[in-house]
Formats: sequence, structure tokens, C-alpha cells
Amino acid sequence: MDLRTPLARVLGSGSAKEGGHHWRAQRVTALVLTPLTIWLVVSLIVISSASYETALRWLSSPIIASLMLVFVAALCYHAHLGMQVVIEDYVHTPWLKITLLLTFQFAMLLLALVSMLAILRVALGA
Amino acid sequence: MAAKRSMLMRSRPLSPHLQIYKLPLAPLLSIAHRLTGVFLTLGTVVLAYWLIALASGPGAFAEATTALASSAGKIALIAWSFALFFHLFNGVRHLFWDAGYGFDLKTVDNSGVAVLLATVLATAATWLLASGG
Repeated sequence: MDLRTPLARVLGSGSAKEGGHHWRAQRVTALVLTPLTIWLVVSLIVISSASYETALRWLSSPIIASLMLVFVAALCYHAHLGMQVVIEDYVHTPWLKITLLLTFQFAMLLLALVSMLAILRVALGA
Repeated sequence: MAAKRSMLMRSRPLSPHLQIYKLPLAPLLSIAHRLTGVFLTLGTVVLAYWLIALASGPGAFAEATTALASSAGKIALIAWSFALFFHLFNGVRHLFWDAGYGFDLKTVDNSGVAVLLATVLATAATWLLASGG
């Protein structure tokens, strides 16, 4: 029998407020990505037959560039969260798990940065 | 007592033996959601490549366009568009579940079939439009 009070039992176990953060972030990015993905697919269908100049003009519009920045950020964050769950679920060797987790985290961050820089370069007309 | 115990043992639920158990649609789609998610993560590299090419100038962009329009590039893009539509539609299905809707077995089966149909139709429409336009 545990004689401690309910409060004493949970004290020191950490806050209960952040436990749902990963789950919520995955859903929020999914909500953002749903309309943006449909928009991007439709846009890319049009762009696919267009010239370099047309594609360049498309991405240099402030609205398009902003939407692309949001898309790339949400996409890479969503992919990072998803890959994290997959690795945590299926890789059980500790050193391999932590190596894969860090590799994918850095890879997604790098991909987000590189893509956003490319978008900004076009949008700012460099 | 012994007989009763063995009866109790027998009526216990078993976890499916994956080698001989034919998985229903729902778990198959659940696995496919993860697989397409991992596959699409690789696709972010191609998106970044295309954006870098566009930012680098007409020469790099022409190179990227040629690579993506080659038969290997086309097959990869078709596979990616299929995975994207599946993950998108099945993801919306998951969001409905997260909101508490569509949990009864019949709805789960129907929405699963709807996701597959929508995926095939959207992929076909995309490539018809892309090759026609």
C-alpha cells in the first residue's frame, strides 16, 4: 500500500502540459499541409509545361513565395516528426536509434533551410 | 477446474500470426501510410533540388527539367504523386478519427476504399493534365 498522497506521487515527475506536443504538432502541420499540397500539385501541373522564365516569375510573386516558405517549413517539420516516430518504433539498438534520429533531424533541418534560401533567392530577385 | 481453465485459455484473444493471417484493409492502409510517409520524406530532396535549380539559373533549371522528364524521372514522379495523394487522403481520414468521427467498422472500411479510389483517380488526373497541358 502506498501511503503517499496523490500530489506527492506526481511531484518531481515533470509537467504534464507538454506530453501532447509531438502529437499536436504532427496534426497541426498536417492541417496546414492539406490545402497547400493540393495548391502546389495544381501549380506544378501548370508549371511543368512552362518555360524557365514563367516558373521564375511564378515563384517571385510575394504571395506564392510566402506560401512556398510555409509549405517547405511545415513539410520538413512534419517529415521530421513522422520519421522520428518510425525510427523510435522500429529501431531498438540504442546507438543506431540515436544516430538515425539525429541524422534525420539534421537532414530535415538542412533541407528546410536550403529550400527556403532557394525560394528567397528567387523571390528577392538575386 | 482444469477443464474450465483450458476453456478459458482457449477463448482468450490471440494476437494475429502475421505469416498466416490475412490482414484486413485497415491495417494494410495503416502500414501503407507509414511507408508512403518515409518515401515522401525522400521526395523532399527532389523538391529542394528543383527549387535550387530554379534559383541557380536557366542552365541548372534545364538540367533538372531534363532529369525529371527522363523515363526514370517520370516513373519516380508518378510513384511520388501516388504516394503523396495516398498520404494526403489517408491523412485526412486520420484527422477525422482524431476528431472522433468515423470509428465504426463499416465506416472504416468504406473510407479506406474511398481513399484508394481517390488516390488512383487523383494520380491519373494529375498525369493526364500534366501530359495534356
